Amino acid sequence: MNDLELQLDYTGEQHFQLQVNCALPAVGVTAIYGPSGSGKSTLLDCIAGLRRPASGSTVRFRGTGWMTGSTFIPPWQRRVGYVFQDGRLFPHLTVQQNLHYAETRKKPGEGPDINQVVSWLDLAEFLPRSPTVLSAGQRQRVAIGRALLSAPQLLLLDEPLANLDHEASQQCLTYLQRLTRELQLPMLYVSHDIEEVSQLADYLVLLENGRVVDQGSLLDLCGSLDTRLSREEQAAAILLGTIGKDDPEFDLTELQVEGQTLLVAQQQHLPGQQRRLRVPARDVSVCREKPKDSSILNILPVTLREIQTEGEGGARVLLRLALGSQYLLARITRKSAAKLQLQVGDKLFAQIKSAALLMDSADHHE
Amino acid sequence: MSNAELDAIGLTIALASITTILLLIFGTPLAWWLSRQKAKWPALVEALVAMPLILPPTVLGFYLLLLFAPDTAIGRAWHQLTGTQLAFSFSALVIGSVIYSLPFVVQPLQAAFQRVPEDLLKAAATLGAKPLDQFRSVVMPLTRRSFVTAASLGFAHTVGEFGVVLMIGGNIPGETQVLSIALYDYVESLQFAEAHRLAGGLVIFSLFLLILLYRRDRRDNWRVRA
Repeated sequence: MNDLELQLDYTGEQHFQLQVNCALPAVGVTAIYGPSGSGKSTLLDCIAGLRRPASGSTVRFRGTGWMTGSTFIPPWQRRVGYVFQDGRLFPHLTVQQNLHYAETRKKPGEGPDINQVVSWLDLAEFLPRSPTVLSAGQRQRVAIGRALLSAPQLLLLDEPLANLDHEASQQCLTYLQRLTRELQLPMLYVSHDIEEVSQLADYLVLLENGRVVDQGSLLDLCGSLDTRLSREEQAAAILLGTIGKDDPEFDLTELQVEGQTLLVAQQQHLPGQQRRLRVPARDVSVCREKPKDSSILNILPVTLREIQTEGEGGARVLLRLALGSQYLLARITRKSAAKLQLQVGDKLFAQIKSAALLMDSADHHE
Repeated sequence: MSNAELDAIGLTIALASITTILLLIFGTPLAWWLSRQKAKWPALVEALVAMPLILPPTVLGFYLLLLFAPDTAIGRAWHQLTGTQLAFSFSALVIGSVIYSLPFVVQPLQAAFQRVPEDLLKAAATLGAKPLDQFRSVVMPLTRRSFVTAASLGFAHTVGEFGVVLMIGGNIPGETQVLSIALYDYVESLQFAEAHRLAGGLVIFSLFLLILLYRRDRRDNWRVRA
């Protein structure tokens, strides 16, 4: 029973209904992804106990009932850390006192030590300051630290980067990635940004109109044609690769994926480390013969596994291409597909624009 | 200053202090409850709390006097409990003052509580704070200034009351003769020098208190406003 079991029925404002019946892994990072208004934050609130679903609902974490039958464990007894979109630091306390607030209310001896948290998140210089003078990114770091200091069994993050500019959100993301490596703490991460999700999550839950429409490992869902993800404009498959040699002359680094070599922008990481690669479907094209003099560097042999027309008589089709045991998606026009007479099982070459190669620093995914 | 005047001052301070303490004890939960109600019907409670603002104090005093009379249930119960009469006693003044000054304590507190974001309390809850702890560690520090405002207004307003006191307390030196009544006495008997001493003293006291309040207001402008 090492998971988070949910049977929720919650009616919110304007007849919004959240009806969720699923079991989520209580390890690693689980992303809850969906458009705004799909009930993501409501779901987190129900898990934290800040909202009370209809009686008969069940929330059970690692076998412990947080809500079962008539029992309802209040939020202050659930030991759930919650990082809100707006930080919610106490304005009447300094950063240090905010951290202390959490620390004095946890069970002694549990959770990380305050010095540890301060060093993980580089909070030392902010400690004596008021949270009101910090930037949005700095405030979120303090909020994450404060949540960790309450020694949670589960960390909930509700779009923690949504209010940050690009630079601050990248920086915050790096800190979160560090935490996922340092801590054995399951996290539920709510976001409507698939790139953020791709960098952080191990497991993915797709939420739509208050219902779970799909769930599975991030790599499986992103490489599939059966989910809503593939129909989004920014649909992208995620490949797992190992860092190889550097090519200092052209500022490139080799990445080994399924025995193939890709060239990506030079990385600061050590060879042998695992990295994720996000390959947007619109930046992948296919050809029957390997082009001899293309400007595209990354051309990989693949097998066509699935073809799907987008919508009724749409102009474009999505291809699912097998690269060893992993998958790429390619979005091409229906006309090209007809011209090439594409059939499932065809051996093709996928051309990936190197500009489309996104490199993240998520290396916690084994 | 005569002994009677010193008695009146002592009585006034005792009445205002006890009233303020009782109002903070009972007014705070009432203000908190009112601040968290989303339904419409608590408007009735709010209206009742605000009544002393617009009712002539003599109206309130009149009804309280009827209520405290020895032949009513309250009057009889009081007599059985304490062996004394409730009407025209210091205790009657305290009860009357608590009702009369209620809006001056409840309203600033309620307004301040309403400005405390629910979100901060939710954050506190996820950090392990129980409701009373949330109130003590988040609401009270954020609304500290309003507590001072409420207490000062409640105190000052009790010092300044006249009509209710006259109706239910009468004018018994050392028991119910507070400053405003003593002042009235002096004027009635054309003792203007003595009247000036009391009236001037009250003016200076009130002005001093309000200046202190507004100075705080300017200094702590980041706090939740009331």
